[in-house]
Amino acid sequence: MSQKKSRSRGGGGGAAASGDDHEDLARPPPLQAVLLADSFTLKFRPITLERPKVLLPLVHMPMIEYTLTWLESAGVDEAFVFCCAHSHQVKEYLDKAGWAGKAGAGSMAVTAVESHDAISAGDALRVIYDRGVIRGDFVLISGDTISNMSLKDALQEHMDRKKKDPFAVMTMIIKHSKPSILTHQTRLGNDEITMAIDPETKELLYYEDRADNSHLYVTIDKDILTNNPTLQLHNDMEDCYIDICSPEVLSLFTDNFDYQHLRRHFVKGLLVDDIMGYKIYTHELRSGYAARIDNFRSYDTVSKDVIQRWTYPMVPDVVSNRDCSESRLRRQGIYVASDVTLSHSAQIGANSVVGSATSIGDNCKVLNSVIGVGCKIGKNVFINGSYIWDHVIIEDGCKVSNSLICDGVHLRAGAIVEPGSVLSFKVEVGKNVTVPAHSKVSLLPQPSNEDSDEELEYADTNSGVTDSPPFSSMRSSGDQAIVPSEEDESGTSETGTCGVVGYIWTSADTGILEEWRQSIAPIPKEKLEELERAVSDEDGSEDESNNLILQDKDDSSDSVVEDDDHISKFEKEVEETFQRAMGGGVNRDNLILEINGLRLAYSLQHADCAGAVFYSIMKSALVAAQSTNNTLLKTTGEALVKWKDLLRNYTKTVDEEMEILLKFEEMCQETTKEFSPLFAKILPFLYDTEVVTEDAILRWAEEKENADESDKVFVKQSEDFIQWLKEAEEEDDEDEE
Amino acid sequence: MPDVQPLVSDFVLKLKRRKVEGSHAVARQTAELLRSVVSQHRMGSSANQAAALADAVRAVGEQLIAANPIGVMAKFFSSTNVDMQDMNSRMLWPGVNPAELAVGNIVRRVLHIIKEEDISSTAVGIEGLSVTVDSDDEYDSEHDDGPALSAAVLAAHARNALRAPSLQTLLEDIPVSPAISRTASSTGDSDGKSKSAGDKSSTRKLKHDVITAIGDLIDEIDSCYEPISEQAVELIHQNEVILTLGRSRTVKEFLYAAKEKKRSFRVFVAEGAPRYQGHVLAKELVEKGVQTTVITDSAVFAMISRVNMVIVGAHAIMANGGVIAPVGMNMVALAAQRHAVPFVVVAGSHKLCPLYPHNPEVLLNELKSPSDLLDFGEFSDCMNFSTQDGSPLLNVVNPTFDYVPPKLVSLFVTDTGGHSPSYMYRLIAEYYSADDLVVRRKSGS
Repeated sequence: MSQKKSRSRGGGGGAAASGDDHEDLARPPPLQAVLLADSFTLKFRPITLERPKVLLPLVHMPMIEYTLTWLESAGVDEAFVFCCAHSHQVKEYLDKAGWAGKAGAGSMAVTAVESHDAISAGDALRVIYDRGVIRGDFVLISGDTISNMSLKDALQEHMDRKKKDPFAVMTMIIKHSKPSILTHQTRLGNDEITMAIDPETKELLYYEDRADNSHLYVTIDKDILTNNPTLQLHNDMEDCYIDICSPEVLSLFTDNFDYQHLRRHFVKGLLVDDIMGYKIYTHELRSGYAARIDNFRSYDTVSKDVIQRWTYPMVPDVVSNRDCSESRLRRQGIYVASDVTLSHSAQIGANSVVGSATSIGDNCKVLNSVIGVGCKIGKNVFINGSYIWDHVIIEDGCKVSNSLICDGVHLRAGAIVEPGSVLSFKVEVGKNVTVPAHSKVSLLPQPSNEDSDEELEYADTNSGVTDSPPFSSMRSSGDQAIVPSEEDESGTSETGTCGVVGYIWTSADTGILEEWRQSIAPIPKEKLEELERAVSDEDGSEDESNNLILQDKDDSSDSVVEDDDHISKFEKEVEETFQRAMGGGVNRDNLILEINGLRLAYSLQHADCAGAVFYSIMKSALVAAQSTNNTLLKTTGEALVKWKDLLRNYTKTVDEEMEILLKFEEMCQETTKEFSPLFAKILPFLYDTEVVTEDAILRWAEEKENADESDKVFVKQSEDFIQWLKEAEEEDDEDEE
Repeated sequence: MPDVQPLVSDFVLKLKRRKVEGSHAVARQTAELLRSVVSQHRMGSSANQAAALADAVRAVGEQLIAANPIGVMAKFFSSTNVDMQDMNSRMLWPGVNPAELAVGNIVRRVLHIIKEEDISSTAVGIEGLSVTVDSDDEYDSEHDDGPALSAAVLAAHARNALRAPSLQTLLEDIPVSPAISRTASSTGDSDGKSKSAGDKSSTRKLKHDVITAIGDLIDEIDSCYEPISEQAVELIHQNEVILTLGRSRTVKEFLYAAKEKKRSFRVFVAEGAPRYQGHVLAKELVEKGVQTTVITDSAVFAMISRVNMVIVGAHAIMANGGVIAPVGMNMVALAAQRHAVPFVVVAGSHKLCPLYPHNPEVLLNELKSPSDLLDFGEFSDCMNFSTQDGSPLLNVVNPTFDYVPPKLVSLFVTDTGGHSPSYMYRLIAEYYSADDLVVRRKSGS
């Protein structure tokens, strides 16, 4: 009997594990992972003052749960969770969710690594290195990454490459994703990344994630171009922030103790400094999903991806970590838990999730939103595009759009939360109070010792800040009264009618202007229109930003744009000089010298000078002549006679004479239309004063023959004169014969 | 059962993460798990051993079925042709895993096995007096239909002799369905032989018998293709054209068997978007030398007039004769009906589900990742919510299953032979006992 027992048990286990056995043989050392349960940024403040980012719920499940689940299903045997800020909370969660200390066959062992003085990813990896727990290749991921990709291919590629080239230390997972042309952002709200990749080997050659959009060009080291016969430039790739690393990566971090940021310091450092010839490769994700939640915008985007099931099987109706009753998927991506109290007149729109034990009152409207567990929502509430966490009370007639509302928030009747707002834990909003767009409200005051270096924060937040309430950091916005947080009920009720319980934070380092980039709210219409206009102004250069033409081409197009500007400036200066000369004082020779000086300063041709001087002369004539055509003709004649010597200085060749004619034409068409009826009369005059020769006029007429009708107006006007010139020339020719 | 709990939660996790897929694999693993549950179960000294065992299985079964948190409302219709004693089971049915109905099927099968073993042993103990009331022809058909099961029962009886009379009380608790009594009647002829067995305690016997019977069930699941494919030559005739959709292992074995018997026929394979399993099947068929034509799913209507028979696999067969099958199947069934082409469903008995479907297109379905349909990168700009007005404009729906109503099915071929859709409830009654339809612990309900 006992024999039978063991056999049957073994049979059960063996069959379950048989699928994995082959993989085990292929990769002898256990696959390890380092999970950074700390983002080392401030993007999710003020929420992260009270709860670490990785424990923030994303569609009812903490982010770290997605990450751990994925690691386990991707075949990782051992994961090290590095926690720093709020480490006790993270560890508590790992215990509670059953990750820690679970070391059964086939499941992943999770170990928490704690450190309190780490202030960056670099520090975290140095701590991991000191522990000496990483024995082989490992997956480096941060706790806010959502993925369902299969690691097998990427891992295999990494292994194969390493066998051939021991210097291939890292494989970066990237994903195709088109950034918006308007905002130069990925859909996750990050700046678009420019990468240069060798199409053959997939080696990463260049990485820039903070490209300055205003310039629309990238600068790539000449060596990269010379050393690599082919390279692909991408701006349509998204960095998934999932890396497969060799153990050397850890020692590199230890050797270069100034490396803080994974991308900005480590990747760029490796690419630019060429340390020991280490190389980084990329693996493009073909099927599967991966994204990192870096800011509020990506929180919104990834939530929607989860609801739309891109992260399958990590979708609300399949996995639920809590004991809450299962949610059910209805049509149009609506997930409603089975024990939700839903009024018959309440309307739940597409792509919404409602957690269990939540009640929703009459005539409510919920669109594109996630509502947590145990919320109470009153009557006539309108919720759009918002993320409402657990146990939130929203009273009748509230309006919440595109905002993030944390646990325990209380919105009293008629409160309005405008787009982009973030209400942190237990904030209360009074009756009929409007929380202005993009405001961040927390019970904790904003730390006053804000320094702009975002790398160096987040870690030490759970101590030192909370115990000194700096009233100076309270900013009142508009007409509403803000009362500091008070623990007792009397305080809150007192302020309940007039404002918000909590501190309204001023936007930290980004400034209110940039707030729209990374908030939950969609970009306002006006902003989009503005950007659209900016793009259409740039016109041709827009194409370049899409296609990523190499730098030299970019430069040339830039210089053309600058050119126009240049010349008009020059003309203006010439005109000013000329006017000074007209007013007397300046000697003619000096005038020529001065104009020559200007020409050299602007590094222009003689022809340009001729045009400019001619323009100035004509302008002066126009100013002197006041209005009528007759006087204008007269004064023009006088001016030309007076200044023809000056002009002749510049009209050495036919080209320059042509320039004068073209300039004259342009003036008639655009700037000084007064001349246009007189064109035919002034042209013979120019000929007579020998400012232009007959060759120039004939060539001008010839050139214009093929032009548009509109351009031919002046040629037609002076047809008689040109005809006469031609005949005269023929006569000359005959004479010569 | 603290010893099996890790195994159970491991399997639950696998089900949740969709790591085991396909009704065959799921059925097998469920049966194996339940076998270890039974073998680990410590038989107490309580009088009602079988009930305790059934409770243990039920407890595990509940967890397994709840592994998928999609609440499925499968309603039990009060159709007249269902001889269910317990009409109380006409209730809402939460927590059915739509992806793997096989889990629930196997749990119920095991419960049924426990009951049968218990009854048979009791019956032997009291000389089969109480059970020899049913007609003989029904017994015969049962004997033919489920040889593995009957054999197990017979084998068990051969070893059993002494019965604790206290187990008789169990019978009074259980509403005896005709199916049970029929099976129990099979003990009639084995009575004489079984007398000679030793003096081991009855509880151990029961447990041992159940374990053996579950082992037989596993064998049955593993070898279900053989009895099905034996019927291939009867259905596929010379120079016929067969159409199938996607890939089903049962269909593949069925066609292989016909080919091995030197039948010459041609197969149209609809590729089965978006997973394109049809391509795999086409490859496999060509390897065996079958004339194969691959068509798109949308070309089914165009080709159906040239087809003699449609043979497809199923994900689950419901009690009303409806079929849960890969997406696109309803369209094929409609095309077949339009042109009066027989629509044959081949499926092992572990796919028989004793539930009646209610709104199965939605509730017994599973929406998978849209990445099967389109490339995320290509469409990422359509899903940039920041520049849209915050609400997604592009939605992609990727359902896994289709529901084919019984009226569109001509014939079911299971390991017990060919049946018409209206007979399925009867077949199901042979495998499951009516009061197990709701897998709930007695204490809980």
